[in-house]
Amino acid sequence: MSDLIEGFLGKTVDGKKSRLPAKLDYYQSATGLFLGLFMWGHMFFVSSILVSKDFMHTVTKMFEGSMFLQTPQPLLVSGVVALVFAIFIVHAMLGMRKLPSNFRQFQAYRTHMQMMKHDETTMWFIQAVTGFAMFFLGSAHLFMMMTKADEIGPFGSSDRMYSDFMWPFYLVLLFAVELHGSIGLYRLCVKWGWFEGDNAKQTRAKLKKVKWAITVFFLGLGLLTLGAYVKYGYEYSNGLVDKYNSATQIEKFLKVGK
Amino acid sequence: MSRTITIRAMKYNPNSKISKPHFAEYKLEETDGMTLFIALTKIRETLDADLSFDFVCRAGICGSCGMMVNGTPKLACRTLTKDFPDGVIQLMPLPAFKLLKDLSVDTGNWMNEMSKRVESWIHTNHQPDISKLEAPMEPKLADETFELDRCIECGICVAACGTKLMRPNFIGAVGLNRVARFAMDPHDNRTDEDFYELVGDDDGIFGCMSLLACEDNCPKHLPLQSKIAYMRRKLAALR
Repeated sequence: MSDLIEGFLGKTVDGKKSRLPAKLDYYQSATGLFLGLFMWGHMFFVSSILVSKDFMHTVTKMFEGSMFLQTPQPLLVSGVVALVFAIFIVHAMLGMRKLPSNFRQFQAYRTHMQMMKHDETTMWFIQAVTGFAMFFLGSAHLFMMMTKADEIGPFGSSDRMYSDFMWPFYLVLLFAVELHGSIGLYRLCVKWGWFEGDNAKQTRAKLKKVKWAITVFFLGLGLLTLGAYVKYGYEYSNGLVDKYNSATQIEKFLKVGK
Repeated sequence: MSRTITIRAMKYNPNSKISKPHFAEYKLEETDGMTLFIALTKIRETLDADLSFDFVCRAGICGSCGMMVNGTPKLACRTLTKDFPDGVIQLMPLPAFKLLKDLSVDTGNWMNEMSKRVESWIHTNHQPDISKLEAPMEPKLADETFELDRCIECGICVAACGTKLMRPNFIGAVGLNRVARFAMDPHDNRTDEDFYELVGDDDGIFGCMSLLACEDNCPKHLPLQSKIAYMRRKLAALR
């Protein structure tokens, strides 16, 4: 009954304003923080291919529990991806509240942004556009990783890029993630007053520099990593090198007769 | 050496059935220390008596002359024409407020509604005796509190806010600053729960998307970013 009253009036049964908007704001930030930091770790993980195929293979198996299981289990990775997917969906739901909800809102914001040329106002628009793109791209990627975790590795990840022509998908996703994430983390700092110190303006200027440095670093690392996967995918596909031969995935690959 | 500047002002009277929104272009000789106030007054006196705009103090105190100057909200009386190297200045009325005519908008009624909405006055349980001195405050706290009172209600923070342009009922930085001012003031007996009742929703503190155009354009350089974050932390922490 209390849900009915709160849903109807926007007030609790005590006649007080609902605490839900505060919780939604908090959880939007919390899920965003988790996803933003997760993506830093994720990028380091996928970029392990830049060191060597063996190193990437070792990292992959580590996530599959090689340190404590005799036979590494890709299901562990699927489980982690499912958790991240759930948080991603919650964050998307919460973030959606902020998007323009009709054309006039979109039009008014875009005109204002183009007229005013103000950094943070433009950065929010980039976040909105990249967030919208990730409704589709992020979901597709997460679903693939969740259901095909056993294919993650030096061969499977490379082959997917080239043979399955996934590299344009990942190129767009890379820009969407890195822009959305770094702007989001910066926004969290100014939104909640983190690291503010005695001089909020100075701190903000520094944070903005750090934010751009992080964007450039992760975009650079991401492009190199994507390039490496495409290169290896091309080489595998054209028989220029032997298929990566140390993991179970090569056996699986042969099993399905590809 | 003086130069000719071009002022392109939006003209429109929403109360007229024949008025159509358009830009009127005026050319005039720039003079030393010319502000937009001086330029617009000259235009009205010599070129177009029909051009509407608002001014009172001409000194950045009354907050009447906010307008969009080349896309950015500014006080016209504190904007020098020499700061525009190409000599072309486009003027539009502040968005988010009711347009009266041309560059003139109604900020007054909006600010009045905002003040009532955040109950912008000291709430106390006792009857103050105005013949006696007010209860003292720590000087540092007094400085911080009264610093926020320097707001001139010009509406620039509201017009600069992309959130406000999308969500007309959003209270804007001026309202959140006002709440922070009373939340800090020990003379005010209101609790965080009371302030939550005023701005604890998506039209209030939780609607702010931290675009910070309010902070960057405030002509009085009020610490809006910090105070909005302060209120957000306070009100999000309530159980």
